[in-house]
Amino acid sequence: MSRAAPSLPPGLAPRIVGFCEELRGEGVAVGTAEILDAFAALEAVPWTDPADFREALAATIAKSQEDRRVFELLFERYFFRAAEAEALDREIREDRRYEGGERLDLDQLREAIRQAIAQGNDGEMRDAARLAIAAFGRRGEGSGVVGVDVQRIRRTLGLQAAGRGADGDEPALERDQIQGFERHLRRELERALIERTAKLPPSRPLAELDRALPTSPTQDLAAVHRAVAQLKRRLATLGHEQRGRKRAAAVDMRRTMRASLETGGVPLRLRYRPKRPRRPEIYVLCDVSTSVTSASVFFLSVLHALHDSFRKLRSFVFIERISEITEVFERERDFRAISEKISREGGVADVSGYTDYGRVWLEFFDEISEDLDPRSTVIVLGDARTNGREPHAEVFARVAERAGRTFWLNPEPRLYWNYGDSVMAAYERHCTAAFECWTTKHLEDFVNVVAGGAPVAEAGG
Amino acid sequence: MSEVKQALARVGYLADEPAALVAYLAQELGKPVLVEGPAGVGKTELAKAISRATDRTLIRLQCYEGLDEAKSLYEWNYRKQLLRINAQQQQPPDASSASPPGASGSDSGRASTLDEIFSEEFLLTRPLLEAIASTEPVVLLIDEIDKTDQEFEAMLLEVLSDFQISIPELGVIEARTHPIVVLTSNNSRELTEALKRRCLYLWLDYPEVEREMEIVRLHAPELDARLARRLVEVIHMVRQLDLKKPPSIAESIDWARALLLLGADDIDSSVFERTMSIIVKHRSDIDLVAERIGVQLGSPPGLEAGAAG
Repeated sequence: MSRAAPSLPPGLAPRIVGFCEELRGEGVAVGTAEILDAFAALEAVPWTDPADFREALAATIAKSQEDRRVFELLFERYFFRAAEAEALDREIREDRRYEGGERLDLDQLREAIRQAIAQGNDGEMRDAARLAIAAFGRRGEGSGVVGVDVQRIRRTLGLQAAGRGADGDEPALERDQIQGFERHLRRELERALIERTAKLPPSRPLAELDRALPTSPTQDLAAVHRAVAQLKRRLATLGHEQRGRKRAAAVDMRRTMRASLETGGVPLRLRYRPKRPRRPEIYVLCDVSTSVTSASVFFLSVLHALHDSFRKLRSFVFIERISEITEVFERERDFRAISEKISREGGVADVSGYTDYGRVWLEFFDEISEDLDPRSTVIVLGDARTNGREPHAEVFARVAERAGRTFWLNPEPRLYWNYGDSVMAAYERHCTAAFECWTTKHLEDFVNVVAGGAPVAEAGG
Repeated sequence: MSEVKQALARVGYLADEPAALVAYLAQELGKPVLVEGPAGVGKTELAKAISRATDRTLIRLQCYEGLDEAKSLYEWNYRKQLLRINAQQQQPPDASSASPPGASGSDSGRASTLDEIFSEEFLLTRPLLEAIASTEPVVLLIDEIDKTDQEFEAMLLEVLSDFQISIPELGVIEARTHPIVVLTSNNSRELTEALKRRCLYLWLDYPEVEREMEIVRLHAPELDARLARRLVEVIHMVRQLDLKKPPSIAESIDWARALLLLGADDIDSSVFERTMSIIVKHRSDIDLVAERIGVQLGSPPGLEAGAAG
């Protein structure tokens, strides 16, 4: 290990601090402690190796996977821009546009680039990208817009990801290899643009889409499952903790005496009667009407996860009327099959397509009120938009009163509650707590509050 | 860095670049490392490998919900203390005649007893204290930190940032050597900022096909290279599915050993069917995997080879 790592060049330290500033701007919590750590790490690691430099910074600055993702995006951009800014400052220009492009015809070029991509070497790819840009520029097809040019060049070169265009004789390239090449293309085009105009384009905040982790529905489902698994653990231990704190636990005399034998008859350790844990008995009501279409996939995945974790769970979907779907979940495991089935059977609940919360409460109360007791929890997933119908808040109040706890998860931002036909306030009053909830993050927040972390101060009036 | 990597490889852990770098930084900077990632990617194994590579003893603290100081830091040995008190009470009946226990007569005696029974002799060290007080350099592994509650994390802060433990009766115990601390988390809940702030961060993910193949072949060297590749490819396919518990690296290794025992020279659908339970361990997962992967394996091998080549 190269112990005598070369000390940082004078210009680098402000750059790193600037980089951290930018990370903060994107919402990564970088404290002074992290920056100091980063410098300490760079003492131990040679900054001259790009991969090590990046990893050392990442290990000390980005402390979660999401942060790491933002870090990667910004790292590329920031240091690229920093280098370009410096070049502009000192008026360093690359006068040598890539030579050799003239002698190659398009087929040779295509072959050379294909090879460079397949080998995946960064330097080679950069050269290839420049070659392509040079050749492309001569054909006079540059549009001046980086994104458009990248796609044009790609098409001209006939770069196709494996599995799509099957033109047999050439080995197909991996999708991410091509993406890597595109990245190089984009960067070289940007570099040329900066040189031409002699100024940096304004830096934009990262688009929400970029910074989100690449997710597929199944991954989302996994995240929901995780959050719900947590909820389960919390609910299971909750009873213990709270009772322990709030009520004096009953001392088990017999076991205390027995235990005291070990300590010479002095009852040093008290033994308590085991507390009966709260058996979570959960009722979930899920709105599946058109007004919550965007959220209903999310809600269904929450339901799916809940069913995975709790055995004593009954679930209902409703639009205009209510329909129990506990069985569907018990029979099916596959999420897709479930959502299909529900959209089919959910039809029972749908007459006009408009949610009728009032009617839903009446029906729910009729069907369930016998079974509700202080140990049961009612969770409602819905937007509380009644389409102008009678909300029957008093029936909901009766439900909430009978159940131990009632939570409402609303897929709309709090800002929109009680606007238009939303009657959230009427219901929220009777809930233990109400939350906005349309991402797994919100779901986790919900879990945390339920777990007794934050007080239930959020609950309205 | 490459030396660290080689050292880890010598003890049977093939680290990728980031892991090797973080392991190196942990030693150089003396900061704890927080390792996150899905279950079974070798987080715990990394700590063990570091301990073997650096010739340090490994002290392990397995976290679980409800873990408290008495089980992680230290505890007074009540029984021994009681014995001592009893012994003292019986010993000097001559000194101040037969004074009833607790009389004011033997105040100084009581004070010295008090001092005595709160000395290190009566201290039961638990993993954290053991790591701090150890005279030999150690590796401290705090496993599955996300299973504990936030209060416990807060308690850890003192240990992790200053490498010291305060015991009210004894004062502050400082680390004699600088332990390498590795914390692992399955990311089942968000850890507090304060804890993260004190750690280096490493995200371990399932390895690439190539690296996993090396790992499998390191642990099952007799396995044929072609079969190993096939095995890892199948594992990767299985991980793509939406399973309750995707197969871990350890399970790929187990599977490789099982195939060796069975003397299988290719993974076709019948072999797969018989040995599937090694990599998939949920009833519903087994159904899903059998349905999706089994069918693919059943197809003639020529087709697969064509796609891969």
